[in-house]
Amino acid sequence: MMDFGFSISPSSTMNLDKVDLTLYDRLCSIEPDARKCMACGSCSATCTAGPWTGMSVRKVLLDIQRGKDKEAAAMLKGCMLCGKCTMVCPRGINTRHLILSLCRIYGEDAK
Amino acid sequence: MKDNIVIVGGGIAGMEAARQLLLLGYKPILVEKSDHLGGHVADWHCLFPDMTPAQDVVKGLVEQIKDANIFLETEVSFINRMKMGYNVMFSNGVNVICKAILLATGFDLFEASRKEEYGYGIYDQVMTNRDLERWFNTGDDKRITGKDIKKIGFVHCVGSRDVKAGNQQCSKVCCITAIKQAMEMKERFPDAEVYCFYMDLRLFGKKYEDFYIKAQMESGVHFIRGRVSEVSENMQGQVIIKTEDTLSGKPAKITLDLLVLMAGIVCNKQAVQTASMVQVQTDSDGFLKSKDNILNIIETGSKGVFLAGTATGAKTIPETAAEARAAALAIHNYLVAQS
Repeated sequence: MMDFGFSISPSSTMNLDKVDLTLYDRLCSIEPDARKCMACGSCSATCTAGPWTGMSVRKVLLDIQRGKDKEAAAMLKGCMLCGKCTMVCPRGINTRHLILSLCRIYGEDAK
Repeated sequence: MKDNIVIVGGGIAGMEAARQLLLLGYKPILVEKSDHLGGHVADWHCLFPDMTPAQDVVKGLVEQIKDANIFLETEVSFINRMKMGYNVMFSNGVNVICKAILLATGFDLFEASRKEEYGYGIYDQVMTNRDLERWFNTGDDKRITGKDIKKIGFVHCVGSRDVKAGNQQCSKVCCITAIKQAMEMKERFPDAEVYCFYMDLRLFGKKYEDFYIKAQMESGVHFIRGRVSEVSENMQGQVIIKTEDTLSGKPAKITLDLLVLMAGIVCNKQAVQTASMVQVQTDSDGFLKSKDNILNIIETGSKGVFLAGTATGAKTIPETAAEARAAALAIHNYLVAQS
């Protein structure tokens, strides 16, 4: 085929009809407070590891809500479990506990 | 009989002011253009934050103002200024000489069809907040009745915070109304997924934030931050909406069985006309202009003309009622000073 020097980039649009919420629902069943997040970003702003690893509890939760489980798992690796995010969360979400629960789910799935 | 007072508008503000004036010993004349009292609230089903039936609120007020002179299906034809007050001519032919006029003329709900990109009146499965309340009341709406509703979306800020639509202001009550209606729909359709598309959530009032947390925790409503940009229809008659998921920083699309537009509060055009008869101007936001926007919302630049409720801007029912009480007292003080 003739190469005209053009290419087609894949669409960045998220199709919310096709989002798989299995992981989010599993997380909510053991950590109901996950639903409470209002994406204020306090957790990410205070995160000790965030600036170097890209870790952000807000983004982890958002990714799971959008079905991006792999991205969330990759981010979680940056967490040092210091618990500062739990201290600052205005909605009182035990984010440290939530992270551990998420790791447990990922661990079970890896078996 | 004490001095005549004319109240224009039989919504919450007009009725509450009439109630207070009756308690103060006056016999106000209340004119309402429609065939019933209660204004927009009469069209509603339940009210936040305690899910009080709207009918109870309206009926409670109507009961208590029986002794007032009430003219339904009546409008103000013209008002002439006189030495000591005003000569008001109503559309029913009645002519009244009064010392004080209260403009409790309320608001108009934004005409959702003006935002053509949202498809109200174009696509079958698009409705407004008012249409949904009507369905709650009547159970009859071809967009919902007998339909398999699996996914519902609520669009915040329709015709509010929208310079191009001519309404820069926030309508205040739509955020909490959307959340209330989202939860009510989830109750009626437990298997449905419910989405709210918002720019900010402005939950300023008593117990509003509790409502938000409840919607997240108990109803599982999905909140997506981003203004819906366009709506289209597919062959199955569902609507496809496009928005930017601003928290992810990516465009998103979703197919819905029902889309509810949260039409905002805009100034009542007819009220502006009535107000101009007594030289009451409009403020820069298009609503009626108070003497002062901090400590004197009730009085106007015209002697003996007072304002209450959403005539001066978007308000909740408790705010409107509080203003109506303040207006009744201001009128009383004015009349005492006159005599």
